Amino acid sequence: MWNIAVKNERTTEDIALGIRRRVFEHAMRNNGGYLSQACSSAEQLAWLYNEELNLGAPTLPMIPKPFGGVPHADNPDYHTGAGYNGPFEPEYDRLFIAPAHYALVAYATLIETGRMAAEGLEMFNKDGSSVEMIGAEHSPGMEVHNGTLGIGLSTAAGLAWARKRKGEKGRVWVYMSDGEVQEGQTWEAIQCCAHHRIDNVKAIMDVNRQQCDGAMDSVMEVGDIKAKMETFGAVVVEVDAHNVNDMREAAKTKHDGKPLIILANSNPFHAMPILEERFPRLHYVRFKSEEERARMNISIAESLGVDPIDYAH
Amino acid sequence: MVEMVSRPYERAFEKHALANPEVLCISADLTSSCEIDKFRDNHPDQFLSMGMAEQNMMSFCGGLGLAGYRPFIHTFGVFTYRRPYDQLMASIAYPRRKVRIMGFLPGITTPGGMTHQAIEDIAVMRSMPNMTILETGDATEVESICEAADSIDGPVYCRVLRGSMPRLFDTPIKVGEMRELSLGNDVLIVTAGITTEEAMRATKALEAAGVSVRHLHLHTIKPFNAEAILDHINAVKGGVITLENHVTEGGIGSLVAEVMADNGVGKKLRRLGLKDTYAHGGSRAYLMRYYGLDALALTQGVEDLLGQKLGITETDLAEARVDAVHSLAKAEGL
Repeated sequence: MWNIAVKNERTTEDIALGIRRRVFEHAMRNNGGYLSQACSSAEQLAWLYNEELNLGAPTLPMIPKPFGGVPHADNPDYHTGAGYNGPFEPEYDRLFIAPAHYALVAYATLIETGRMAAEGLEMFNKDGSSVEMIGAEHSPGMEVHNGTLGIGLSTAAGLAWARKRKGEKGRVWVYMSDGEVQEGQTWEAIQCCAHHRIDNVKAIMDVNRQQCDGAMDSVMEVGDIKAKMETFGAVVVEVDAHNVNDMREAAKTKHDGKPLIILANSNPFHAMPILEERFPRLHYVRFKSEEERARMNISIAESLGVDPIDYAH
Repeated sequence: MVEMVSRPYERAFEKHALANPEVLCISADLTSSCEIDKFRDNHPDQFLSMGMAEQNMMSFCGGLGLAGYRPFIHTFGVFTYRRPYDQLMASIAYPRRKVRIMGFLPGITTPGGMTHQAIEDIAVMRSMPNMTILETGDATEVESICEAADSIDGPVYCRVLRGSMPRLFDTPIKVGEMRELSLGNDVLIVTAGITTEEAMRATKALEAAGVSVRHLHLHTIKPFNAEAILDHINAVKGGVITLENHVTEGGIGSLVAEVMADNGVGKKLRRLGLKDTYAHGGSRAYLMRYYGLDALALTQGVEDLLGQKLGITETDLAEARVDAVHSLAKAEGL
């Protein structure tokens, strides 16, 4: 039974470290993973779950149920993974994780914040599991399908508009990635929020300047994200993604009639400096050799203050 | 003479929306073109302008649906699935949001040419899991489309007619059923939307030429009652002919073909419609003649199916007109 009193017992920094350790262990055992996303985003997700989000206790089992089918008229028992973020009650916030490939980090966050059992991560990307590699709607902590980048903010805007109309206090938070600004839909969503004065939407974007093909500047330059977003009608605050106090202060920014977007400038090697060897291909780090795997194991373990992972067993 | 009805959607939507506060009127900058301009002016609290930004609109409506609202999206059908296909799939169809997509100007009912003509929408929507498809063929069906669509537990795409149109039927759409317009035993004609009126004209001329016609009108395209149509297919001697305001791939012609093949029916099938081609801009009457979607094309198709000349001419069809809709209808502007 999850106990709401455990909230804030640990510092957000401590939870971020726990997230990185779990992602590191998982990547070592599975010969690769979304390591860089843990570097860039751990403090952001830890801060959201540990401090900023107003969530109720989870409504789904600590050990995730197996895949229970997709939404269909013949599947009346279908449910999403939203229950790990608590019940859908008027006073509680919702969280949409727009870059669904951050799922591994998000699952580690659920574990570190007491919302999912550690066994959940062992189900990651296993056939028949709901703990999918690219977070699906039915995966723990996922509330809607976001696997195609750019649709999260629009969905959040629609839900937020509706919650405002109903007088619900709960806000709608979106976790975003900076690559999404290459999608036209992101700009449609911001202009829509501004036009309809949707100000119960808040987003924090992991600005790590990386995308699947490599550094964003080499793939498609996006220019000054802050200036562009402000022109489209958002209130934008830039923070250091590894400074929790920065995020706390940014979230207090007034944004009447406009969405708030926090640009969290992050380091894609933060707390795992050896990953820089893999620049610019950081999207999914698969070890190229046993030698590399062993070397990274020792280096990252040292950085994170843990013993190297005994991945042979 | 058949009764002509002007702008039935405008009244039907207002009535339905006012009786259902969870219904929201969504527009994508084609408000007067979709006959919801008076609704916007009279009920601004229930109206949301999404601008020319269909990708955002689809996901936004997914969010509205998550909160329990039932958004009615109004725009031209073609704009609801070509550009925002991904958003339609991920934000509406997959999670089975109760979003009601009112797609105006189906097929060649617009002079707007390729960019405005939804000629493959049924094929696209039929292949999308969880999507329901309804199509209107007269004023009565347009009057009942809001209630019918809003009864669906999930998303629904509707081909909606606008402007002036005939009243061919006197009962509302009953989702899942089909209309039996004549019950002869030589050929089975299957139509939907605006091709039904053409088939009704053709039926009179065909009967006069000695062909016993069985004619079905489809308003519910997905889900589809295969067993019901199978009985009709089995009831005719000479084969089946479909006529659709759509390409002949993936629409009602394909639907009937699938039912026949699935059930091992060894009868001929002729599928009339746009034959692997885009259309261009022009009046509805011109386009229906040019692309072979009208009553004359249908009688020629029946001749081909039966392998006999029936001697039906344009004059015969003109005399068999069910109404004067084409001469009275205003030009289909944007």
